[in-house]
This record gives sequence, structure tokens and C-alpha cells, in this order.
Amino acid sequence: MIRVIFAEWRKLRRPTLFFGTLGAALFFTGLTTTFLYLMIDSEQGNSDRGRRVGREVLNLAGGSVYGFASVGGLLGIIALCVFAAQTSQEYTYGTLRNLLVRQPGRLRILMGKLFAMKLFALILVLITAIVSVSLSVALSDRAKVTTDLWFTSDGFHEIGKTFLNVTISVIYFGIVGMILGLLLRSPISAISIGVLWILIIENLLGAVKPVFLDWMPGNQLTTIAQGGSADISYSHALTLGTSYVIVGAIVAAFLFVRRDVAN
Amino acid sequence: MTALAISVKDLSKKYESGFAVSHANFEVPLGTICGFVGPNGAGKTTTIRMLLGLITPTGGTAQVLGESITHPEKYLSRVGAMIEGPAFYPALSGEENLKVLATLGGYPIERVAKLIETVGLAGRGGSKYKTYSLGMKQRLGIAAALLPEPQVLVLDEPTNGLDPEGIQEVRDLLKKLASGGTTVFVSSHLLSELELISEYIVMLRKGEVVFAGSMQDLLMQQQPVILVKTESPTDLNKIVEIAHADGHRATIRSEVAHIEGPAEWAGTLNKKAFEAGILLTQLSPQLPNLEETFFEMTGDRS
Repeated sequence: MIRVIFAEWRKLRRPTLFFGTLGAALFFTGLTTTFLYLMIDSEQGNSDRGRRVGREVLNLAGGSVYGFASVGGLLGIIALCVFAAQTSQEYTYGTLRNLLVRQPGRLRILMGKLFAMKLFALILVLITAIVSVSLSVALSDRAKVTTDLWFTSDGFHEIGKTFLNVTISVIYFGIVGMILGLLLRSPISAISIGVLWILIIENLLGAVKPVFLDWMPGNQLTTIAQGGSADISYSHALTLGTSYVIVGAIVAAFLFVRRDVAN
Repeated sequence: MTALAISVKDLSKKYESGFAVSHANFEVPLGTICGFVGPNGAGKTTTIRMLLGLITPTGGTAQVLGESITHPEKYLSRVGAMIEGPAFYPALSGEENLKVLATLGGYPIERVAKLIETVGLAGRGGSKYKTYSLGMKQRLGIAAALLPEPQVLVLDEPTNGLDPEGIQEVRDLLKKLASGGTTVFVSSHLLSELELISEYIVMLRKGEVVFAGSMQDLLMQQQPVILVKTESPTDLNKIVEIAHADGHRATIRSEVAHIEGPAEWAGTLNKKAFEAGILLTQLSPQLPNLEETFFEMTGDRS
């Protein structure tokens, strides 16, 4: 499997893909973190969906990573797009047949690709975490937020916990992208269906009947990144999100192993 | 007993629309060049995909290098393949594309530069694949197939998009590989090319094997043909009558009479035509060739 990981990494480290994805991630991270501090007194809110996050929250030990946790869902969508494209383009380019001739173990191919993409996501999350925390520190003075508790042992614990949650969320989003890529075998279909579902359909369903959001996969994964929300507990989101990902992965892997490669 | 590179027994692939390959039987001896021919949709690519473990047969068995195709992991490390044209990542360079496959297959990365040179892509290996011409893509596909230094090389239309010089280079390369002991299983529409290099031929029509054996045996099955043109096209019917009277089959295609018969009979025909007052403008005996034999056996003139 190690050979599959290295082979996949050769594709992922391509500058256009690597820096392009990192650029998008940093853009959203910068935007979210900056708004959180610069619009702290705004009537329209300074967090996602117009919520207001005040100084009393940002002054806490977890204040340094609040912006980073908020951007977790967007980072997840970026990961979904990358994982979906990297998987489904093997079908559209016809390169899957080359891979399978050189490595006939189909599950090995799948696991190797997943591992390499997880590594890619981990690097992405690590860099965005560093940038988000740095931005928070830089903007805290201007927003009159106290950073006294941020780098205490409790503060580091919060940083570690948030980093883990965002990583889990981003990787789960990525796996959803990979599942869509394997099922639909087209980058355009996989990405558009995935993004449409998470950004629009789930929100529409939630607007019609808010209780739906308790069960929507995208919402569970975003909630994992945030370490839980006012509406959904962390354990509920983690259990349900993990279940969705496992079931989807089993179905997609089964199809990948059994399906004829005819293109 | 001859050692076999490929052995196919009753191999079938059935879809809802019908058989893509139906009860195919053939053998390819080790160290030979075997041409794999058939009209479009005859089932060549489906057969190749089954041999490479990409699609599952619905019936029959096959072995590659003595291993069943149900366990492709046992032989694919010794097989090189280019199926249905080259397929690579457009945003990576040709060299990087080969490195991806070399890494995946566990082959030395140093082999990539050598192969790039072997297939005539020296100086362009660093260019992105999407900037390659069709011929260059084809060359890269052949390089990828050669990565494992294969015992069996399976090539599907390797000369597509190549200029005459490129075609000759591929022909020489395949001959060189075969002389070194590599078995080459090659499908192509360029039948004249296959005739030049192949010792064995497998011919498919509508999913069924219509011939499998040596090229010599195949050509011996066909009668030599005498091609005849007359000054007046209306005289061709008289030529056909003369041929029939002497017991030879004859047809007229595109104002040329095709008469099945030995080259020696051409002299007799010339004499009889002269006596009948017919002026011949062409009288050329032709030995059977793969192209004519292919058309005869597959009924495909497209």
C-alpha cells in the first residue's frame, strides 16, 4: 500500500493543486477569522449565519481557535472537492486501468489513495490552523480581546481539541467526496452534487423543518469541527457523522472492487 | 509442448445486449508476436480487458504466463499494457506520469528517463501531457507499457496517430522485444503492419474467434488472386465467364475482376482473352495477404 500512497502523493503535490487548494483554504480562513474580530461589535453578527460571538467567548481559553473551528465546514467542502476530483478523474481520464494493471489490488488502491489524501488534508488543516491562530493573536488587540488564557495549558488543550475535531471533520468531508467520486465517476457531478447538497439542500430542508438538520450529514460534519453546537451535541454529530461515512465507504468500496473497468 | 504466454478457453463476456466475446479459444506461444485483429466492436478490447483483470468474464477461463486471470496480481507485474489508447494525467508531465506508474508498480525510477529516450520523447519528457500531440501520447503509452520490462506486452492500437517513421520505429521496437524473448500481443487496424511483424494471428468477428494460429497457416487457407482490368469495362463479364469455365471463382469489384487461381493460370487467361478479342490493361497475380484474408474471413470491408 505504501507504493500507492507515494504514487498518489506525486499527483497531489503538483503545485497548481497543492497551492491552489491551500490558497482557497487560507482565503476562507483569513476571511472568517478577520470578520470574527473586526466585526465583533457589528449588529449583523461576526460569525457564521449572522451569529454574534462576543468578547466574553473569545477571552476564554478556546478563543484562539474559535475562528479556526468556524471555518472547519468550509475547509471540509474544499476537501470534499479535492477528494472527489482526485477519485473520479481516474475514470474520466481513463487512468484507472493503468493503476489497476500496475496494482491489481483494488482495495489497496483505494486505501492508498485515501491515506495520501488524508495526509494532504492534514497538511492543509495544520497550515490553516497556524494562520488562523496567528491572525487571531494579531487582531485581538484591535478587537479588545484578552489573550491571557489562550496559551495556558487549558488554552493548548483547546487548540489540540479543535485541531483534532477540524481534522476529523475535514477528513470525513473528504471521504464523502471520495464516495461521491466513486459512485458518480465524474468530477463535475460528484463535486456539484456534494456542494449543492451541503450548502443548499440541507439548509433548505432545515429552513422548512429545523429538526431535519439534526440528521443531515453535512451538518453533522460541520458540527464535529465546531466541537458541538447549541442544537446538536458533539457526541451525536460524531456518532451520526461516523456512521454515514462508514456506510457510504463500505458501499462505495464494494462497488469499486466489483465493478468492471470499462473506460 | 510449447510454453504459452496466453491461453484462452471458452472465454465469454455477456452483457444485457448480447455477447461481447463468445466462447473464445486461442493460444499465444511465448516469445512470439501475435496480431489480434477484428472489425470495430468485434470484442478485441473486451478480451484484452479480461486478460488484464479489468473486467470479469461471464464464462470460460484464461491464463496469462500460466496464471489464471482470476488472480491478476500473480502475473501483472510481468505484463505491460496499453489498452484503448494512452491515458494519463493531463496536468502532469510525461515523465511525472511515468514516475507515478513506476512508483505504483515498484519499478526503479531511473528506468523512466531511459524509456522516454527509447520511445523518442527525449527533450519532451518534462512537458505537460496535455501539450503532447497524438503521436507523442501514443509513444508515452508504449513507454508506460514497457515500464515493468514485461514478459508479455499487450498493446491495443499502438500505432494510432503515429507518422510513417513512428510506425516503423514501433515495428522495429516490437521486433527487438520479441527477439529478446518478450511475447507481444498487439491489436491494430494496420493489417499490412501486422503482416510484416506477426508470426501468429487471432482473428475475431462479432465476439467469436474465426481464426487462431500461425500467419503462414492463415495465408495458406486463401487462394492466390489474379487481378484483371480490361480496356472496356463491359469485357469484364466475359473475363469472369472464362474464369468460371476453367473452374475458378471470380467477382468484379470497382471495375476490376478478382479471380481466385494460381499465378501460372494468368498466362492461360491472357491467351484466352486475346483469342476472344479482349484487350487487357492489367493482369497481376497477387499472393494472399492479411488484409484480403481479413476481409474474406470477417466479411468486413468498412
